[in-house]
Amino acid sequence: MDVGSLLSVSLYEGLVFGLLTIGVYLTFRVLAFPDLGVDGTFPLGGAIAAVLIVAGANPFLATLAAFGSGLGAGLITGLLNTKLRISALLSGILMMVALYSVNLRIMGGGNVPLLRDVTSFDLVAQILGVRGGMALSIAFVLLVVAIFVTGLNWFLRTEIGLSLRATGDNEQMVRGLGASTDRNVLIGCAISNGLVALAGALVAQNQGFSDVGMGIGMIVMGLAAVIIGEGVFRPRRITTILLACLGGTFLYRLFINVALRLGMAPGDLKLITAILVVVVLAIPFIRKKIRGEWMPPAARM
Amino acid sequence: MKTGEARKPGILQLRGVRKVFARGTIDEVKALDGIDLVVYERDFITIIGSNGAGKSTLLNIVAGVYPPERGGRVVIGGVNVTNLKEYKRAAYVGRVWQQPEAGTARNLSIEENLSLALLRGQSRGLKLAINRQRRQLFREALAVLGLGLEDRLNTPVGTLSGGQRQALALVMATISRPTILLLDEHIATLDPKTAQTVLQLSDMIIEREKMTAIMVTHNMEIALSYGNRLIMMHKGRIIVDIGEKDKKTLSVADLVTAFGRAAGEQFNDDSILLSDS
Ligand SMILES: Nc1ncnc2c1ncn2[C@@H]1O[C@H](COP(=O)(O)OP(=O)(O)OP(=O)(O)O)[C@@H](O)[C@H]1O
Ligand SMILES: [Mg+2]
Repeated sequence: MDVGSLLSVSLYEGLVFGLLTIGVYLTFRVLAFPDLGVDGTFPLGGAIAAVLIVAGANPFLATLAAFGSGLGAGLITGLLNTKLRISALLSGILMMVALYSVNLRIMGGGNVPLLRDVTSFDLVAQILGVRGGMALSIAFVLLVVAIFVTGLNWFLRTEIGLSLRATGDNEQMVRGLGASTDRNVLIGCAISNGLVALAGALVAQNQGFSDVGMGIGMIVMGLAAVIIGEGVFRPRRITTILLACLGGTFLYRLFINVALRLGMAPGDLKLITAILVVVVLAIPFIRKKIRGEWMPPAARM
Repeated sequence: MKTGEARKPGILQLRGVRKVFARGTIDEVKALDGIDLVVYERDFITIIGSNGAGKSTLLNIVAGVYPPERGGRVVIGGVNVTNLKEYKRAAYVGRVWQQPEAGTARNLSIEENLSLALLRGQSRGLKLAINRQRRQLFREALAVLGLGLEDRLNTPVGTLSGGQRQALALVMATISRPTILLLDEHIATLDPKTAQTVLQLSDMIIEREKMTAIMVTHNMEIALSYGNRLIMMHKGRIIVDIGEKDKKTLSVADLVTAFGRAAGEQFNDDSILLSDS
Protein backbone atom coordinates (compact mmCIF):
# COMPACT_ATOMS: atom_id res chain seq x y z
CA MET A 1 0.00 0.00 0.00
CA ASP A 2 1.54 3.31 -1.05
CA VAL A 3 0.98 6.59 0.72
CA GLY A 4 -1.79 7.59 -1.68
CA SER A 5 -3.86 4.50 -1.05
CA LEU A 6 -3.08 4.66 2.65
CA LEU A 7 -4.57 8.13 2.72
CA SER A 8 -7.56 7.32 0.54
CA VAL A 9 -8.47 4.20 2.54
CA SER A 10 -8.21 6.22 5.73
CA LEU A 11 -10.28 9.00 4.20
CA TYR A 12 -13.01 6.57 3.22
CA GLU A 13 -12.98 4.98 6.67
CA GLY A 14 -12.78 8.35 8.36
CA LEU A 15 -15.97 9.43 6.63
CA VAL A 16 -18.02 6.28 7.02
CA PHE A 17 -16.98 5.58 10.61
CA GLY A 18 -17.18 9.32 11.23
CA LEU A 19 -20.96 8.92 11.20
CA LEU A 20 -20.60 6.43 14.02
CA THR A 21 -18.27 8.78 15.90
CA ILE A 22 -20.81 11.58 15.66
CA GLY A 23 -23.41 9.18 17.03
CA VAL A 24 -21.17 8.31 19.95
CA TYR A 25 -20.46 12.00 20.49
CA LEU A 26 -24.19 12.73 20.68
CA THR A 27 -24.84 10.27 23.46
CA PHE A 28 -21.61 10.38 25.46
CA ARG A 29 -20.84 14.06 25.25
CA VAL A 30 -24.02 15.92 24.36
CA LEU A 31 -26.46 13.89 26.45
CA ALA A 32 -23.95 12.56 28.99
CA PHE A 33 -25.66 9.23 28.29
CA PRO A 34 -23.01 6.50 27.95
CA ASP A 35 -24.82 4.33 25.42
CA LEU A 36 -22.95 1.09 24.84
CA GLY A 37 -25.61 -0.19 22.45
CA VAL A 38 -23.45 0.93 19.52
CA ASP A 39 -21.85 -2.50 19.19
CA GLY A 40 -25.33 -3.86 18.49
CA THR A 41 -26.79 -1.08 16.35
CA PHE A 42 -23.85 -1.03 13.94
CA PRO A 43 -24.43 -4.64 12.79
CA LEU A 44 -28.20 -4.01 12.98
CA GLY A 45 -27.80 -1.41 10.23
CA GLY A 46 -25.67 -3.83 8.23
CA ALA A 47 -28.16 -6.65 8.70
CA ILE A 48 -31.22 -4.61 7.69
CA ALA A 49 -29.53 -3.18 4.61
CA ALA A 50 -28.11 -6.56 3.51
CA VAL A 51 -31.32 -8.51 3.97
CA LEU A 52 -33.40 -5.92 2.14
CA ILE A 53 -30.92 -5.70 -0.72
CA VAL A 54 -30.81 -9.48 -1.09
CA ALA A 55 -34.62 -9.44 -1.13
CA GLY A 56 -34.46 -7.07 -4.08
CA ALA A 57 -35.10 -3.70 -2.46
CA ASN A 58 -33.62 -0.52 -3.84
CA PRO A 59 -30.22 -0.25 -2.08
CA PHE A 60 -30.71 3.44 -1.30
CA LEU A 61 -34.01 2.69 0.38
CA ALA A 62 -32.43 -0.27 2.16
CA THR A 63 -29.77 2.09 3.51
CA LEU A 64 -32.43 4.53 4.68
CA ALA A 65 -34.32 1.67 6.31
CA ALA A 66 -31.14 0.76 8.17
CA PHE A 67 -30.97 4.34 9.44
CA GLY A 68 -34.59 3.99 10.53
CA SER A 69 -33.89 0.73 12.36
CA GLY A 70 -31.15 2.54 14.29
CA LEU A 71 -33.57 5.32 15.20
CA GLY A 72 -35.92 2.68 16.60
CA ALA A 73 -33.20 0.88 18.54
CA GLY A 74 -32.00 4.16 20.04
CA LEU A 75 -35.53 5.07 20.97
CA ILE A 76 -35.87 1.81 22.90
CA THR A 77 -32.59 2.41 24.73
CA GLY A 78 -33.83 5.89 25.64
CA LEU A 79 -37.18 4.53 26.82
CA LEU A 80 -35.50 1.94 29.05
CA ASN A 81 -33.71 4.79 30.74
CA THR A 82 -36.37 7.52 30.87
CA LYS A 83 -39.52 5.48 31.42
CA LEU A 84 -38.24 2.48 33.38
CA ARG A 85 -35.43 4.38 35.12
CA ILE A 86 -32.82 1.79 34.16
CA SER A 87 -29.37 3.36 34.22
CA ALA A 88 -28.04 4.63 30.90
CA LEU A 89 -25.10 2.25 31.02
CA LEU A 90 -27.28 -0.78 31.65
CA SER A 91 -29.90 0.29 29.07
CA GLY A 92 -27.21 0.36 26.39
CA ILE A 93 -25.71 -2.95 27.46
CA LEU A 94 -29.14 -4.61 27.46
CA MET A 95 -29.80 -3.31 23.95
CA MET A 96 -26.42 -4.53 22.76
CA VAL A 97 -27.05 -8.01 24.10
CA ALA A 98 -30.61 -8.15 22.81
CA LEU A 99 -29.60 -6.90 19.38
CA TYR A 100 -27.13 -9.74 18.98
CA SER A 101 -30.02 -12.19 18.91
CA VAL A 102 -32.16 -9.84 16.84
CA ASN A 103 -29.40 -9.47 14.24
CA LEU A 104 -29.01 -13.24 13.97
CA ARG A 105 -32.77 -13.57 13.43
CA ILE A 106 -32.86 -10.80 10.82
CA MET A 107 -30.03 -12.35 8.83
CA GLY A 108 -31.18 -15.91 9.45
CA GLY A 109 -27.61 -16.71 10.40
CA GLY A 110 -24.33 -15.06 11.22
CA ASN A 111 -23.56 -13.71 7.79
CA VAL A 112 -25.25 -12.38 4.62
CA PRO A 113 -23.05 -12.05 1.52
CA LEU A 114 -23.80 -9.25 -0.96
CA LEU A 115 -21.31 -10.17 -3.64
CA ARG A 116 -23.79 -10.76 -6.43
CA ASP A 117 -26.23 -8.05 -5.41
CA VAL A 118 -26.39 -4.42 -6.45
CA THR A 119 -25.37 -2.29 -3.46
CA SER A 120 -25.66 1.48 -3.14
CA PHE A 121 -22.05 1.76 -4.29
CA ASP A 122 -22.77 -0.35 -7.39
CA LEU A 123 -25.91 1.62 -8.12
CA VAL A 124 -24.08 4.96 -7.95
CA ALA A 125 -21.46 3.59 -10.33
CA GLN A 126 -24.20 2.43 -12.71
CA ILE A 127 -26.01 5.76 -12.59
CA LEU A 128 -22.83 7.70 -13.25
CA GLY A 129 -21.71 5.17 -15.83
CA VAL A 130 -18.31 4.73 -14.23
CA ARG A 131 -16.48 1.77 -12.71
CA GLY A 132 -16.62 1.38 -8.96
CA GLY A 133 -13.49 1.87 -6.91
CA MET A 134 -12.02 3.75 -4.00
CA ALA A 135 -12.58 7.21 -5.53
CA LEU A 136 -16.23 6.47 -6.11
CA SER A 137 -16.67 5.01 -2.62
CA ILE A 138 -15.17 8.14 -1.12
CA ALA A 139 -17.35 10.39 -3.25
CA PHE A 140 -20.51 8.50 -2.30
CA VAL A 141 -19.87 8.38 1.45
CA LEU A 142 -18.80 12.01 1.30
CA LEU A 143 -22.20 12.85 -0.15
CA VAL A 144 -24.04 10.83 2.49
CA VAL A 145 -21.95 12.34 5.29
CA ALA A 146 -22.49 15.84 3.89
CA ILE A 147 -26.25 15.37 3.83
CA PHE A 148 -26.52 13.93 7.33
CA VAL A 149 -23.98 16.20 8.98
CA THR A 150 -25.50 19.32 7.41
CA GLY A 151 -28.92 18.22 8.65
CA LEU A 152 -27.63 17.48 12.11
CA ASN A 153 -25.68 20.73 12.27
CA TRP A 154 -28.86 22.59 11.46
CA PHE A 155 -30.98 20.57 13.90
CA LEU A 156 -28.60 21.08 16.81
CA ARG A 157 -28.89 24.83 16.36
CA THR A 158 -32.68 24.90 16.38
CA GLU A 159 -34.70 25.57 19.50
CA ILE A 160 -35.24 21.85 20.14
CA GLY A 161 -31.64 21.04 19.26
CA LEU A 162 -30.30 23.63 21.66
CA SER A 163 -32.36 22.30 24.55
CA LEU A 164 -31.09 18.82 23.64
CA ARG A 165 -27.50 20.06 23.84
CA ALA A 166 -28.15 21.65 27.21
CA THR A 167 -29.63 18.42 28.60
CA GLY A 168 -26.32 16.66 29.17
CA ASP A 169 -24.87 19.89 30.50
CA ASN A 170 -27.44 20.89 33.11
CA GLU A 171 -30.54 18.74 33.21
CA GLN A 172 -32.07 20.54 36.19
CA MET A 173 -31.84 23.87 34.40
CA VAL A 174 -33.36 22.52 31.20
CA ARG A 175 -36.37 21.23 33.12
CA GLY A 176 -36.60 24.51 35.01
CA LEU A 177 -36.77 26.31 31.67
CA GLY A 178 -39.65 24.17 30.50
CA ALA A 179 -38.16 21.57 28.19
CA SER A 180 -38.71 17.86 28.72
CA THR A 181 -35.32 16.29 29.31
CA ASP A 182 -36.87 12.85 28.77
CA ARG A 183 -37.96 13.84 25.30
CA ASN A 184 -34.51 15.25 24.57
CA VAL A 185 -32.86 12.02 25.66
CA LEU A 186 -35.18 10.03 23.40
CA ILE A 187 -34.49 12.23 20.38
CA GLY A 188 -30.75 12.22 21.02
CA CYS A 189 -30.49 8.44 21.51
CA ALA A 190 -32.56 7.84 18.39
CA ILE A 191 -30.45 10.09 16.15
CA SER A 192 -27.24 8.71 17.61
CA ASN A 193 -28.16 5.09 16.94
CA GLY A 194 -29.61 6.02 13.55
CA LEU A 195 -26.22 7.36 12.48
CA VAL A 196 -24.46 4.29 13.84
CA ALA A 197 -26.79 1.96 11.93
CA LEU A 198 -26.33 4.06 8.80
CA ALA A 199 -22.57 3.59 9.12
CA GLY A 200 -23.12 -0.15 9.54
CA ALA A 201 -25.27 -0.27 6.39
CA LEU A 202 -22.64 1.53 4.32
CA VAL A 203 -19.77 -0.59 5.63
CA ALA A 204 -21.64 -3.83 4.94
CA GLN A 205 -22.41 -2.77 1.38
CA ASN A 206 -18.87 -1.64 0.71
CA GLN A 207 -17.23 -4.79 2.08
CA GLY A 208 -19.78 -7.01 0.34
CA PHE A 209 -21.25 -8.77 3.34
CA SER A 210 -22.97 -8.21 6.65
CA ASP A 211 -21.69 -10.09 9.66
CA VAL A 212 -23.12 -10.43 13.15
CA GLY A 213 -19.67 -9.81 14.63
CA MET A 214 -18.92 -6.63 12.71
CA GLY A 215 -19.92 -4.41 15.60
CA ILE A 216 -17.36 -5.69 18.05
CA GLY A 217 -15.16 -2.86 19.29
CA MET A 218 -17.12 -0.13 17.53
CA ILE A 219 -17.87 1.73 20.76
CA VAL A 220 -14.17 1.81 21.59
CA MET A 221 -13.36 3.13 18.14
CA GLY A 222 -16.05 5.81 18.40
CA LEU A 223 -14.82 6.96 21.79
CA ALA A 224 -11.21 6.96 20.68
CA ALA A 225 -12.13 9.05 17.63
CA VAL A 226 -14.13 11.51 19.75
CA ILE A 227 -11.23 11.94 22.14
CA ILE A 228 -8.69 12.34 19.32
CA GLY A 229 -10.94 14.83 17.53
CA GLU A 230 -11.43 16.90 20.67
CA GLY A 231 -7.77 16.68 21.67
CA VAL A 232 -6.32 17.58 18.28
CA PHE A 233 -8.81 20.13 16.96
CA ARG A 234 -10.10 21.63 20.24
CA PRO A 235 -13.46 22.54 18.70
CA ARG A 236 -15.85 24.89 20.49
CA ARG A 237 -18.85 25.57 18.31
CA ILE A 238 -21.19 22.79 17.29
CA THR A 239 -20.26 22.88 13.60
CA THR A 240 -16.56 22.52 14.33
CA ILE A 241 -17.33 19.81 16.87
CA LEU A 242 -19.07 17.71 14.21
CA LEU A 243 -16.16 18.25 11.81
CA ALA A 244 -13.71 17.37 14.59
CA CYS A 245 -15.53 14.04 15.00
CA LEU A 246 -14.89 13.31 11.32
CA GLY A 247 -11.29 14.53 11.59
CA GLY A 248 -10.69 12.47 14.71
CA THR A 249 -12.01 9.35 13.01
CA PHE A 250 -9.77 9.97 9.98
CA LEU A 251 -6.69 10.36 12.19
CA TYR A 252 -7.61 7.26 14.15
CA ARG A 253 -8.06 5.13 11.04
CA LEU A 254 -4.88 6.55 9.52
CA PHE A 255 -2.99 5.60 12.65
CA ILE A 256 -4.43 2.08 12.60
CA ASN A 257 -3.69 1.63 8.91
CA VAL A 258 -0.12 2.81 9.36
CA ALA A 259 0.30 0.40 12.27
CA LEU A 260 -0.98 -2.46 10.12
CA ARG A 261 1.37 -1.44 7.34
CA LEU A 262 4.28 -1.50 9.72
CA GLY A 263 3.51 -5.16 10.29
CA MET A 264 1.50 -5.07 13.48
CA ALA A 265 -0.79 -8.05 13.88
CA PRO A 266 -4.54 -7.24 13.74
CA GLY A 267 -4.76 -8.68 17.24
CA ASP A 268 -2.50 -5.88 18.52
CA LEU A 269 -4.82 -3.13 17.29
CA LYS A 270 -6.83 -2.94 20.50
CA LEU A 271 -3.67 -2.32 22.50
CA ILE A 272 -2.60 0.31 19.99
CA THR A 273 -5.98 2.01 20.26
CA ALA A 274 -5.71 2.10 24.04
CA ILE A 275 -2.20 3.55 23.91
CA LEU A 276 -3.28 6.15 21.35
CA VAL A 277 -6.16 7.32 23.55
CA VAL A 278 -3.91 7.50 26.61
CA VAL A 279 -1.37 9.57 24.68
CA VAL A 280 -3.97 12.03 23.38
CA LEU A 281 -5.54 12.37 26.82
CA ALA A 282 -2.16 12.84 28.48
CA ILE A 283 -0.89 15.56 26.12
CA PRO A 284 -2.62 18.50 27.84
CA PHE A 285 -1.44 17.18 31.19
CA ILE A 286 2.14 16.79 30.04
CA ARG A 287 2.07 20.22 28.43
CA LYS A 288 0.90 21.81 31.66
CA LYS A 289 3.46 19.81 33.64
CA ILE A 290 6.26 21.13 31.46
CA ARG A 291 5.05 24.71 31.84
CA GLY A 292 4.59 24.15 35.56
CA GLU A 293 0.91 25.12 35.42
CA TRP A 294 -1.67 24.07 37.94
CA MET A 295 -3.60 20.94 37.10
CA PRO A 296 -7.08 20.24 38.48
CA PRO A 297 -7.50 16.93 40.32
CA ALA A 298 -8.50 13.90 38.26
CA ALA A 299 -12.14 13.72 37.23
CA ARG A 300 -14.03 10.47 37.77
CA MET A 301 -16.71 10.95 35.14
CA MET B 1 -47.61 48.26 49.39
CA LYS B 2 -48.88 46.80 52.62
CA THR B 3 -49.67 43.20 53.31
CA GLY B 4 -52.53 44.05 55.61
CA GLU B 5 -54.87 45.71 53.15
CA ALA B 6 -57.44 43.84 51.20
CA ARG B 7 -55.94 43.05 47.82
CA LYS B 8 -56.37 40.94 44.76
CA PRO B 9 -56.23 37.20 45.42
CA GLY B 10 -52.68 36.00 45.83
CA ILE B 11 -50.56 35.31 42.80
CA LEU B 12 -49.13 32.30 44.63
CA GLN B 13 -51.11 30.34 47.18
CA LEU B 14 -49.90 27.43 49.27
CA ARG B 15 -52.50 25.58 51.32
CA GLY B 16 -51.70 22.85 53.82
CA VAL B 17 -48.40 22.06 52.18
CA ARG B 18 -46.40 19.33 53.87
CA LYS B 19 -43.35 17.43 52.70
CA VAL B 20 -41.91 14.36 54.33
CA PHE B 21 -38.64 12.86 53.16
CA ALA B 22 -37.69 9.22 53.72
CA ARG B 23 -41.12 8.46 55.14
CA GLY B 24 -41.30 5.42 57.34
CA THR B 25 -37.56 5.10 57.77
CA ILE B 26 -35.38 6.04 60.69
CA ASP B 27 -34.28 9.10 58.67
CA GLU B 28 -37.81 10.46 58.25
CA VAL B 29 -37.79 14.27 58.06
CA LYS B 30 -40.79 16.57 58.08
CA ALA B 31 -39.20 19.19 55.88
CA LEU B 32 -42.45 21.14 55.57
CA ASP B 33 -45.04 20.79 58.26
CA GLY B 34 -48.20 22.60 57.20
CA ILE B 35 -47.42 25.70 55.19
CA ASP B 36 -50.16 28.20 54.39
CA LEU B 37 -48.89 31.15 52.46
CA VAL B 38 -50.40 33.73 50.17
CA VAL B 39 -48.03 35.78 48.04
CA TYR B 40 -49.52 38.87 46.42
CA GLU B 41 -48.61 40.39 43.13
CA ARG B 42 -45.42 42.46 43.38
CA ASP B 43 -44.56 41.09 46.81
CA PHE B 44 -40.83 40.79 47.35
CA ILE B 45 -40.52 38.38 50.25
CA THR B 46 -37.30 37.62 52.05
CA ILE B 47 -37.14 34.30 53.89
CA ILE B 48 -34.81 33.54 56.76
CA GLY B 49 -34.50 30.49 58.99
CA SER B 50 -31.85 28.16 60.30
CA ASN B 51 -30.28 25.35 58.29
CA GLY B 52 -32.78 22.63 57.58
CA ALA B 53 -35.78 24.88 58.31
CA GLY B 54 -37.34 23.90 54.99
CA LYS B 55 -36.69 27.04 52.93
CA SER B 56 -35.28 25.28 49.88
CA THR B 57 -37.93 22.58 50.14
CA LEU B 58 -40.58 25.29 50.03
CA LEU B 59 -39.09 26.78 46.86
CA ASN B 60 -38.76 23.31 45.34
CA ILE B 61 -42.45 22.70 45.95
CA VAL B 62 -43.32 26.00 44.27
CA ALA B 63 -41.06 25.15 41.31
CA GLY B 64 -42.49 21.63 41.08
CA VAL B 65 -39.24 19.73 41.61
CA TYR B 66 -41.41 17.39 43.69
CA PRO B 67 -45.09 17.50 44.69
CA PRO B 68 -46.29 18.19 48.25
CA GLU B 69 -47.84 15.44 50.36
CA ARG B 70 -51.44 14.58 49.58
CA GLY B 71 -53.86 17.29 50.65
CA GLY B 72 -51.52 20.17 49.93
CA ARG B 73 -52.34 22.69 47.21
CA VAL B 74 -50.16 24.97 45.15
CA VAL B 75 -51.89 27.60 43.03
CA ILE B 76 -49.97 30.00 40.84
CA GLY B 77 -51.72 32.81 38.99
CA GLY B 78 -55.08 31.13 39.61
CA VAL B 79 -53.95 27.81 38.14
CA ASN B 80 -53.76 24.75 40.34
CA VAL B 81 -50.27 23.47 39.60
CA THR B 82 -50.01 21.04 42.52
CA ASN B 83 -49.40 18.03 40.31
CA LEU B 84 -47.94 19.76 37.29
CA LYS B 85 -44.46 18.54 36.43
CA GLU B 86 -41.61 20.96 36.83
CA TYR B 87 -40.99 21.47 33.12
CA LYS B 88 -44.67 22.14 32.52
CA ARG B 89 -44.85 24.98 35.01
CA ALA B 90 -41.64 26.66 33.91
CA ALA B 91 -43.57 29.62 32.54
CA TYR B 92 -44.64 30.48 36.06
CA VAL B 93 -41.38 30.10 37.90
CA GLY B 94 -37.94 31.63 37.36
CA ARG B 95 -35.15 30.47 39.64
CA VAL B 96 -31.63 31.29 40.68
CA TRP B 97 -29.82 28.78 42.88
CA GLN B 98 -27.01 29.11 45.34
CA GLN B 99 -24.40 27.66 42.97
CA PRO B 100 -23.79 29.69 39.81
CA GLU B 101 -23.30 26.38 37.94
CA ALA B 102 -26.88 25.36 38.67
CA GLY B 103 -28.55 28.09 36.67
CA THR B 104 -26.47 27.98 33.50
CA ALA B 105 -25.16 25.41 31.01
CA ARG B 106 -21.38 25.58 31.01
CA ASN B 107 -20.64 24.17 27.57
CA LEU B 108 -23.01 26.53 25.79
CA SER B 109 -22.27 30.16 24.98
CA ILE B 110 -23.87 33.13 26.70
CA GLU B 111 -26.26 33.69 23.82
CA GLU B 112 -27.20 30.01 23.66
CA ASN B 113 -27.99 30.04 27.38
CA LEU B 114 -30.11 33.16 26.99
CA SER B 115 -31.91 31.68 24.03
CA LEU B 116 -32.87 28.66 26.14
CA ALA B 117 -34.15 31.00 28.83
CA LEU B 118 -36.03 33.22 26.40
CA LEU B 119 -38.20 30.25 25.42
CA ARG B 120 -39.06 29.40 29.02
CA GLY B 121 -42.36 27.58 29.09
CA GLN B 122 -42.98 27.98 25.36
CA SER B 123 -43.05 25.10 22.95
CA ARG B 124 -39.71 24.75 21.21
CA GLY B 125 -39.68 24.21 17.49
CA LEU B 126 -37.41 23.75 14.53
CA LYS B 127 -36.59 27.42 14.15
CA LEU B 128 -32.96 28.41 14.58
CA ALA B 129 -32.55 29.19 18.25
CA ILE B 130 -30.60 32.39 17.68
CA ASN B 131 -31.28 35.12 15.19
CA ARG B 132 -30.33 38.76 14.85
CA GLN B 133 -33.41 40.04 16.59
CA ARG B 134 -32.89 37.77 19.59
CA ARG B 135 -29.22 38.66 19.74
CA GLN B 136 -30.18 42.32 19.99
CA LEU B 137 -32.58 41.50 22.79
CA PHE B 138 -29.84 39.60 24.66
CA ARG B 139 -27.43 42.51 24.30
CA GLU B 140 -29.95 44.87 25.81
CA ALA B 141 -30.78 42.53 28.68
CA LEU B 142 -27.08 42.04 29.47
CA ALA B 143 -26.20 45.73 29.15
CA VAL B 144 -28.42 46.39 32.16
CA LEU B 145 -25.94 44.41 34.29
CA GLY B 146 -23.09 46.76 33.45
CA LEU B 147 -20.62 43.86 33.42
CA GLY B 148 -19.70 44.02 29.73
CA LEU B 149 -21.23 40.59 29.05
CA GLU B 150 -23.15 42.04 26.09
CA ASP B 151 -19.90 42.07 24.10
CA ARG B 152 -19.14 38.44 24.88
CA LEU B 153 -22.22 36.67 23.54
CA ASN B 154 -20.14 33.83 22.09
CA THR B 155 -18.12 33.14 25.22
CA PRO B 156 -18.72 29.68 26.72
CA VAL B 157 -20.39 30.16 30.08
CA GLY B 158 -17.98 27.75 31.76
CA THR B 159 -15.22 30.34 31.42
CA LEU B 160 -17.07 33.11 33.28
CA SER B 161 -16.43 33.93 36.93
CA GLY B 162 -18.96 32.88 39.57
CA GLY B 163 -20.33 36.41 39.86
CA GLN B 164 -20.67 36.87 36.11
CA ARG B 165 -22.34 33.51 35.86
CA GLN B 166 -24.76 34.32 38.65
CA ALA B 167 -25.63 37.65 37.04
CA LEU B 168 -26.28 35.78 33.79
CA ALA B 169 -28.43 33.24 35.69
CA LEU B 170 -30.42 36.17 37.06
CA VAL B 171 -31.05 37.53 33.58
CA MET B 172 -31.97 34.02 32.42
CA ALA B 173 -34.46 33.65 35.27
CA THR B 174 -36.18 36.93 34.47
CA ILE B 175 -35.85 37.49 30.69
CA SER B 176 -39.13 35.79 29.87
CA ARG B 177 -41.04 37.34 32.78
CA PRO B 178 -42.11 34.32 34.85
CA THR B 179 -44.98 34.87 37.27
CA ILE B 180 -42.72 34.48 40.26
CA LEU B 181 -38.97 34.69 40.81
CA LEU B 182 -37.34 32.37 43.36
CA LEU B 183 -33.89 33.27 44.67
CA ASP B 184 -32.38 30.59 46.94
CA GLU B 185 -29.35 32.05 48.74
CA HIS B 186 -28.22 33.15 45.33
CA ILE B 187 -25.44 35.40 46.59
CA ALA B 188 -24.13 33.05 49.27
CA THR B 189 -21.12 31.76 47.34
CA LEU B 190 -19.98 35.14 46.00
CA ASP B 191 -17.33 37.41 47.50
CA PRO B 192 -18.82 40.32 49.52
CA LYS B 193 -18.43 42.91 46.76
CA THR B 194 -19.81 40.70 43.98
CA ALA B 195 -22.58 39.55 46.31
CA GLN B 196 -23.57 43.17 46.84
CA THR B 197 -23.55 43.79 43.08
CA VAL B 198 -25.67 40.74 42.29
CA LEU B 199 -28.05 41.60 45.13
CA GLN B 200 -28.55 45.13 43.85
CA LEU B 201 -29.00 43.83 40.30
CA SER B 202 -31.68 41.46 41.59
CA ASP B 203 -33.44 44.27 43.39
CA MET B 204 -33.23 46.50 40.33
CA ILE B 205 -34.56 43.86 37.95
CA ILE B 206 -37.42 42.97 40.31
CA GLU B 207 -38.32 46.66 40.54
CA ARG B 208 -37.92 47.37 36.82
CA GLU B 209 -39.83 44.35 35.62
CA LYS B 210 -42.42 44.71 38.39
CA MET B 211 -41.84 41.11 39.44
CA THR B 212 -43.11 39.07 42.35
CA ALA B 213 -40.15 37.49 44.14
CA ILE B 214 -39.11 35.29 47.04
CA MET B 215 -35.53 35.49 48.25
CA VAL B 216 -33.96 33.13 50.78
CA THR B 217 -30.99 34.52 52.68
CA HIS B 218 -29.06 33.88 55.89
CA ASN B 219 -28.16 37.53 56.22
CA MET B 220 -30.65 39.23 58.56
CA GLU B 221 -29.65 42.71 57.51
CA ILE B 222 -30.30 41.88 53.88
CA ALA B 223 -33.56 40.22 54.83
CA LEU B 224 -34.64 43.41 56.60
CA SER B 225 -33.48 45.96 54.07
CA TYR B 226 -34.74 44.30 50.89
CA GLY B 227 -38.29 43.48 49.91
CA ASN B 228 -41.63 44.37 51.41
CA ARG B 229 -42.26 41.31 53.53
CA LEU B 230 -40.19 39.02 55.71
CA ILE B 231 -40.89 35.41 56.58
CA MET B 232 -39.08 33.36 59.16
CA MET B 233 -39.18 29.58 58.97
CA HIS B 234 -38.44 27.05 61.65
CA LYS B 235 -38.76 23.26 61.52
CA GLY B 236 -40.89 23.27 58.42
CA ARG B 237 -43.24 26.02 59.54
CA ILE B 238 -43.64 29.70 58.96
CA ILE B 239 -43.26 31.20 62.42
CA VAL B 240 -43.03 34.89 61.57
CA ASP B 241 -44.57 36.85 58.73
CA ILE B 242 -43.81 40.56 58.88
CA GLY B 243 -45.22 43.25 56.64
CA GLU B 244 -43.47 46.25 55.22
CA LYS B 245 -44.16 48.70 58.02
CA ASP B 246 -42.82 46.51 60.82
CA LYS B 247 -39.94 45.52 58.66
CA LYS B 248 -38.77 49.12 58.42
CA THR B 249 -38.72 49.66 62.16
CA LEU B 250 -37.26 46.28 63.05
CA SER B 251 -33.57 45.78 63.89
CA VAL B 252 -31.55 42.61 63.60
CA ALA B 253 -31.69 42.30 67.38
CA ASP B 254 -35.51 42.45 67.30
CA LEU B 255 -35.47 39.75 64.70
CA VAL B 256 -33.30 37.50 66.83
CA THR B 257 -35.65 38.04 69.77
CA ALA B 258 -38.69 37.39 67.63
CA PHE B 259 -37.05 34.21 66.42
CA GLY B 260 -36.28 32.99 69.91
CA ARG B 261 -39.78 33.73 71.08
CA ALA B 262 -41.49 32.23 68.07
CA ALA B 263 -39.34 29.12 68.01
CA GLY B 264 -39.93 28.57 71.70
CA GLU B 265 -43.65 28.97 71.54
CA GLN B 266 -44.39 27.21 68.34
CA PHE B 267 -45.84 24.20 70.10
CA ASN B 268 -48.63 26.16 71.68
CA ASP B 269 -49.04 28.73 68.99
CA ASP B 270 -48.62 27.92 65.33
CA SER B 271 -47.21 31.21 64.25
CA ILE B 272 -46.75 34.69 65.46
CA LEU B 273 -47.91 37.15 62.92
CA LEU B 274 -46.60 40.60 63.44
CA SER B 275 -49.04 42.22 61.13
CA ASP B 276 -49.13 45.85 60.11
CA SER B 277 -50.97 47.62 62.92
N1 LIG C 1 -34.19 15.43 48.76
C1 LIG C 1 -34.18 15.27 50.09
N2 LIG C 1 -34.14 14.03 50.64
C2 LIG C 1 -34.15 13.85 51.96
N3 LIG C 1 -34.18 14.85 52.85
C3 LIG C 1 -34.22 16.11 52.39
C4 LIG C 1 -34.21 16.38 50.99
N4 LIG C 1 -34.26 17.72 50.81
C5 LIG C 1 -34.28 18.26 52.04
N5 LIG C 1 -34.27 17.30 52.99
C6 LIG C 1 -34.32 17.53 54.42
O1 LIG C 1 -35.38 18.41 54.67
C7 LIG C 1 -35.03 19.37 55.64
C8 LIG C 1 -35.20 20.76 55.07
O2 LIG C 1 -34.22 20.97 54.08
P1 LIG C 1 -34.08 22.31 53.26
O3 LIG C 1 -33.06 22.08 52.22
O4 LIG C 1 -35.41 22.74 52.80
O5 LIG C 1 -33.55 23.31 54.36
P2 LIG C 1 -33.13 24.84 54.18
O6 LIG C 1 -34.03 25.63 55.04
O7 LIG C 1 -33.07 25.21 52.77
O8 LIG C 1 -31.69 24.81 54.83
P3 LIG C 1 -30.35 25.59 54.40
O9 LIG C 1 -30.41 26.91 55.06
O10 LIG C 1 -29.28 24.74 55.01
O11 LIG C 1 -30.28 25.64 52.94
C9 LIG C 1 -33.61 19.05 56.06
O12 LIG C 1 -33.65 18.31 57.25
C10 LIG C 1 -33.09 18.21 54.94
O13 LIG C 1 -32.15 17.29 55.40
MG1 LIG D 1 -31.51 25.73 51.39
